[in-house]
Amino acid sequence: MTATEKGQLVTANRLRDGIAVFLTRSGQWSEVIDDAALALEPQAAAALELRAKDDEKATLVTGAYLIDAERREGRVRAAHIRERMRALGPTVRLDLGKQAEGKGAGFAAPEGV
Amino acid sequence: MYRYDEFDHQFVRDRTNQFRNQADRRLKGELTEEEFRPLRLMNGLYLQLHAYMLRVAIPYGTLSSRQMRQLAFIADKWDKGYGHFTTRQNIQYNWIKLEDTADILDALAEVEMHAIQTSGNCIRNVTTDHWAGAAADEIADPRPVGELLRQWSSLHPEFSYLPRKFKIAVTGAPNDRAAVKVHDIGLRLHKNAEGAVGWEVIVGGGLGRTPMVGVTVRDFLPEHELIGYLEAIMRVYNLYGRRDNKYKARIKILVHELGAEKFKSEVEAEYARRPHASTEVEERELKRIAAYFAAPQLEKLPRWSAAFEEAKLKSPDFARWAKNNLGPHHADGYAIVNISLKPDGGIPGDATSDQMRVMADLAERYSFDELRVSHAQNIVLPHVKKDDLFAIWQALQGADLAAANYGLAGDIIACPGLDYCALATARSIPISQSISRKFANSARQDEIGKLKINISGCINACGHHHVGHIGILGLDKKGEEYYQITLGGSSAENASIGTILGPGFAGHEVADAIETILDTYLKLREPDEEFLAAYRRVGPKPFKEALYATA
Repeated sequence: MTATEKGQLVTANRLRDGIAVFLTRSGQWSEVIDDAALALEPQAAAALELRAKDDEKATLVTGAYLIDAERREGRVRAAHIRERMRALGPTVRLDLGKQAEGKGAGFAAPEGV
Repeated sequence: MYRYDEFDHQFVRDRTNQFRNQADRRLKGELTEEEFRPLRLMNGLYLQLHAYMLRVAIPYGTLSSRQMRQLAFIADKWDKGYGHFTTRQNIQYNWIKLEDTADILDALAEVEMHAIQTSGNCIRNVTTDHWAGAAADEIADPRPVGELLRQWSSLHPEFSYLPRKFKIAVTGAPNDRAAVKVHDIGLRLHKNAEGAVGWEVIVGGGLGRTPMVGVTVRDFLPEHELIGYLEAIMRVYNLYGRRDNKYKARIKILVHELGAEKFKSEVEAEYARRPHASTEVEERELKRIAAYFAAPQLEKLPRWSAAFEEAKLKSPDFARWAKNNLGPHHADGYAIVNISLKPDGGIPGDATSDQMRVMADLAERYSFDELRVSHAQNIVLPHVKKDDLFAIWQALQGADLAAANYGLAGDIIACPGLDYCALATARSIPISQSISRKFANSARQDEIGKLKINISGCINACGHHHVGHIGILGLDKKGEEYYQITLGGSSAENASIGTILGPGFAGHEVADAIETILDTYLKLREPDEEFLAAYRRVGPKPFKEALYATA
């Protein structure tokens, strides 16, 4: 079992369709949170954020920001429920959103009610 | 129904073309998000958790079959096959792309609809009684006034940059189904001993983080003075309303800080300065508009329908639906059909495109081509012959639209909450589903009787939790969802703001807590005493004791 890495990643909404996306190591934007580059140091996080700001200017994405997350066995889990929701889709429509398209992360959003 | 004139058509087309150009410039990078955001919001386009969300105005909640079919078409072509009817009598689409939005606005314009002023610090879509023009208790149809206010407030240059958003509700009936006391301005029609009618003007109600019941500033305003008087209110608000703090910017805060008397005298002073010349035109214009809302050609029918009575005897399920979901129509032999969008365990207010088409077909065939959206997120067929009710019920059953819980525990108001909304702090739909499943037993719901359970996923209170007989507010406590319960709220003519009962609950505990509250009510109620009346009689104590006894 690999260790859990805690850090920050950058998320945004794609400008043309509003879909939640995550900045990857290669500087692409992926719909899958597992693909996200996880910055373990504050300097690395700042660098990610800077790159995202450039992509905002290039009209690829809008509203980029850093979120807390952890990587466990290759899967990424956002710290806050709101971000887990964005990474998956609505919990009341499991047939819709990223979870339905096979792009969801390996973690359930919140516990069921 | 109101039909667009040349001016209306041109104005909506111009606006759509404008937006197409703005969206293009944004996609090309000629506009920044900061520049574009207010422009898209003025056209109802929000950015939510999963995609853009488009909020389409349904003026005073009235739709034709053709319009409902177009809403279904939009859901299929540009969304994921469904829409969400909201507590402002609007519809929201959850999965919209920016690059499609101008085409959607064009499709709306084809059927005389738009998304203008469904966001921003302007006068929003005017809401009314969803039984308008049909209700037995009605003095007059409030929709001509709703339409007058729509025309007056659309792109009104003086009122396009108010301190904060502004919501107006109108009712023409003494039983308030439009929640007029918890709006920025509420209008309620009265008839005096001489048979004349006039409007009670209520100002400064509202929900959100500072819930307040509005105060009456005029008891009996003649209709032709309405626009002039409302203009005076808007001017006082525009002048004195706070712009330094968005949480203190609504008119309710101004009314509260000035005091009702001082506020009223400011409005009266402003009103006294008004240019009188315009009122005559308004009377003529109001008559022109009112003609569009002329009552449909109802047949002269006996009060009693043999077909209806027989069907009830044959089918207990139909009888139960008829008992719960029909409203009293002003014409003999007719009924108001309330279609519950709250199936057991379902998502309040959601309808699939197929369901929209079923409802549109039923309206066309049985209800003079008219549908209504209620602020409780249900759909109404306003003018239905009792003879046709059984056929309608059968068609509704086939489309999973026959939930017989109108006005009962299962008829829950819930905002989209954290499942969709960028502002939400907790989910509201799953809470609603868990309560709905718990009370799915129809006999139990009938035993509990009239009840309004309202759920909001954040303090902004889109789910009207403050005025639920039982209100539930979802909050974020260190990254975990938890829920506050309030009791004793009401948005009716006897409006009141609910009181927080005690410490909050985790999501999985809420349905049990509601059950405890309702069991307590069943034990202490007097014969035929509804939940709200019982609560008002005994207060929170017995409910608190039952709920927190083991703590």
